[in-house]
Amino acid sequence: MIWQQLQSLAGSYPLALRGLGMTVVLSLISLVLGTLLGFGLGILRTGGNRLVGSVIGAWVDLIRGTPFLVQIFLIFFILPELGIELDAFTAGIIALTNLAACFICEIVAAGIRSVPTGQVEAALASGLSRWHRMRQVVLPQAMRIVLPPLVGQYVLLIKDSSVVSAIGLTDLTRVGWLVVQRVPNGLLVFFLVGVGYFIVCYPLIMLARRLERRMGAAHGEVQL
Amino acid sequence: MLENFSFRTIVEYLPLFGQGLVTTVWLSALSFLGALAVGIVLCAMNLQRGWLFRAPAKAYIDAVRATPLLAQLYFLYFGLPRLGFVLPELVVGILALSLNSGAYVAEIIRAGILSIPRGQVEASVASGMTYVQRMRLVILPQAFKVTIPPLLGQAIVLVKDSALLSLISVAELTRAGQLLASDRFMPAEGFLTIAAFYLLLYYGLKGLAALSGRWLGTAGART
Repeated sequence: MIWQQLQSLAGSYPLALRGLGMTVVLSLISLVLGTLLGFGLGILRTGGNRLVGSVIGAWVDLIRGTPFLVQIFLIFFILPELGIELDAFTAGIIALTNLAACFICEIVAAGIRSVPTGQVEAALASGLSRWHRMRQVVLPQAMRIVLPPLVGQYVLLIKDSSVVSAIGLTDLTRVGWLVVQRVPNGLLVFFLVGVGYFIVCYPLIMLARRLERRMGAAHGEVQL
Repeated sequence: MLENFSFRTIVEYLPLFGQGLVTTVWLSALSFLGALAVGIVLCAMNLQRGWLFRAPAKAYIDAVRATPLLAQLYFLYFGLPRLGFVLPELVVGILALSLNSGAYVAEIIRAGILSIPRGQVEASVASGMTYVQRMRLVILPQAFKVTIPPLLGQAIVLVKDSALLSLISVAELTRAGQLLASDRFMPAEGFLTIAAFYLLLYYGLKGLAALSGRWLGTAGART
């Protein structure tokens, strides 16, 4: 019985690899796009223009206030009604990128706000341009605050990518769901699915913890 | 385009949305209580000196944090019947949410307890307090203050996470939206309406977090 199930499971490993590949590709693309967009939004948010700042803030609140599943459904089912045809993969990328960008925007904004105003004033007084001020004075110092939660956000993104299985993308979670229809051992199947995610996420969690300790130490904070 | 967006259908389905909203609220509340219980036990285990209790608590917390809730939900949904527990979907859902959030709650409580300066612990030891007295009179009242805002943040996450229960056909808010979308082919009406209801819950909890922050004299919750 269990032997047969194991054999049957071993037979579906190409499917499992494809699912893991899909999870990694989805996460990676939206991680890169979301980081770029998130940094841009975070800089704009703290940039001094009230109107731009509050529009971004309102959008971020809308995204943080609704479940990701609902966001995916909205994008996947409503954009076509507006005349924008898109497949499940594109819908998933859009939804994940948007989610990541919103959370990263807040992280970056918090980091930028943590840089003492004296630093910005000194940069101004030295005649640095806006771009140089951001790139050479503010961002390097903000990174200390930004980096640990940023890595933590990547873990959340990888985990959230499992929700795209709801619109039929064959990611790791969807593979588990498909396999469990044939091999009726939910414990074993989803344990293996969990192992797949763990292998991807756990190193990142460790990295986030290490960064947190290092950046905390750099700040002279004593952790008890 | 959305020119035939039908408010009439939304009004027609309002009782269904209302039921869904109520279900989402009480199942989230119940799961949050469950998460508190799980979190307190895990945290107590995690603060022990010996590895016998600490190791399993740490392993559990890491395993939960490194895997998606949806996979955990399916693990219980497809796995529990195999162990002989045939439970209604709703119960499986509440169980999954409690077990998942419990791991995060454990870390929040631990951070709260560890935020108490070491000197306070030493002072209470020096005053001859027992472990229980120390916890009850010195550490927990102060830790409580620090933990309330992040706990409310976790409650917000939990409410949003509860949307995933629609995928194992629990009749909560998202399920109501899905029903409207599939019965009448009106995804815009269905999903925009439930998004509005979730925002209502979100702003309510966020307001509560801000209020509690002011009462307790701590900074607002990071949600």
